[in-house]
Amino acid sequence: MSALEIKNLSKRFAGVSALDHLSLSVKGGRLTAIIGPNGSGKTTLINVLTGLLPYESGSIIIGQGESQNKLQAVQIAQQGLTRTFQEVRLFNQMTVLDNILVVLTKRPVQSALFETLKRETQLKAETILKKVELWEKRSELAFNLSYGQRKLLEIARVLAMSSSLVLLDEPFAGLFPQMVKKVSDIIKDMRAAGTTLILIEHNMNLIRELADWVVVLDNGQILAQGPAADVLRRPEVIEAYLGD
Amino acid sequence: MFYLIHIAIFCAIYGILAISLNLVLGYTGLLSVTQAAFYGLGAYATAILSTRFNLGFGESLLIGIAIVSVVSFLVGLVLSKLAGDYYAVATLGFNVIIVAVMLNWSALTNGPLGIAIFSKTTLFGLDFSSQPAFLALALFLLFLAYGIGYYLKKSSFGRVLKAIREDEKAIQVFGYNTTKYKLVIFVIGAALAAAAGSLFAAYISYVDPSSFATNESIFILSVIILGGLANLEGSILGAIFLVLLPELLRFVGFPEAVAAELRQAVYGLLLVILMLYRPQGLLGEYKL
Repeated sequence: MSALEIKNLSKRFAGVSALDHLSLSVKGGRLTAIIGPNGSGKTTLINVLTGLLPYESGSIIIGQGESQNKLQAVQIAQQGLTRTFQEVRLFNQMTVLDNILVVLTKRPVQSALFETLKRETQLKAETILKKVELWEKRSELAFNLSYGQRKLLEIARVLAMSSSLVLLDEPFAGLFPQMVKKVSDIIKDMRAAGTTLILIEHNMNLIRELADWVVVLDNGQILAQGPAADVLRRPEVIEAYLGD
Repeated sequence: MFYLIHIAIFCAIYGILAISLNLVLGYTGLLSVTQAAFYGLGAYATAILSTRFNLGFGESLLIGIAIVSVVSFLVGLVLSKLAGDYYAVATLGFNVIIVAVMLNWSALTNGPLGIAIFSKTTLFGLDFSSQPAFLALALFLLFLAYGIGYYLKKSSFGRVLKAIREDEKAIQVFGYNTTKYKLVIFVIGAALAAAAGSLFAAYISYVDPSSFATNESIFILSVIILGGLANLEGSILGAIFLVLLPELLRFVGFPEAVAAELRQAVYGLLLVILMLYRPQGLLGEYKL
């Protein structure tokens, strides 16, 4: 069953096509990796999917939702899609714990105004922070965390959302091997729990290890897609992405 | 003694104003330079309602808050389309408009001559016209404003406000309609400023547009930056500091001819020094 259906999606920056009538179907419950050379449109695709960038034409259908053009970021999140960012975007001058608690808050203003912090909410935040090994840092400002810890906190924030569809934009970038293993284990757990994942990544070993399906982008179009073992051997992919 | 009570009343009024702006700027990150406009609207509401309709302080306070809530809701809707520097400039523009209305709608506001208030300050049948009683009333309203601020700060709502301040796009990705959150806190901040205005009008027994010009908004901004952004105690401390400082400088032996100018210069210099060595303010939890 399709968790995400993209049809004829186009996005241009000052006349340059970043996404060129791109169509893609993402199956539910599996990890789809999107790879491609720099400037191929990977991050643009994620930004468009999450409503952070407007697009010119095409449609995006999340889950069983109806095709709706030009959804706002808020509406997209409410349909069960969330993400991490290539450049980590935490709530820096808030504590680690508050970075998690904030996404566990009820969305409507009137609910948030009168919501009291329940024990179960605190426990959920505690469980998530323990999972990413940041519980000890719960009272620290997010700003004071190391780069790897910041990446983990961003993933923890996504875990707190319990979204059915999660987009991970280069979650391993800049991490040392021990941290890569930790993030990789968390991603495997998410997939095992049935979350549909879209992963943008440059490390081919991790792609082979994690991805059920690989989509190769080039110039805003799909160059190839299929199982990792198959796709990464194709000459056109090697030429476009890996070089000669 | 009367002088000290007078200073204390002004500390309380500016404390309320500082809390009202700190909720908007310190907690939500909205650089609003229009708090004096809402302060003025609250003051004028009390002046007009008490002189023309013989309403007591309590009624005019509540009606003033209601009027300002509606006005700030409409202004907030327009402002929701703006961000950053544009937001600040637009709020400044709103302050200018309100002062222009106060100056030119003479039939209602008596223009630049202002409105004198002759009625007593009564609330729930109690007379607060004497200075000590008025101080008690001002402190009660300050305590109430602090309580509202404290509740909001500790609530889930307050947590979302801080996230908006930190990264609005990022919190939107988690499904929060930030426009609504910003609108609600803007209205709450304006309502608190209106209460301060009502208190000011009742205490001074006179309102005129010059008290609510943009320099007053900038003064309120200075109070919270100096006291500390995103810190309610800092708001009150900043108000005390900035209300007391010029008064204390009166006791420095400046030459008579240039005393006023020197006081202003020293006042400005002290603010610059404080910002250089403590940019987060006295008790600040957040840096702009």
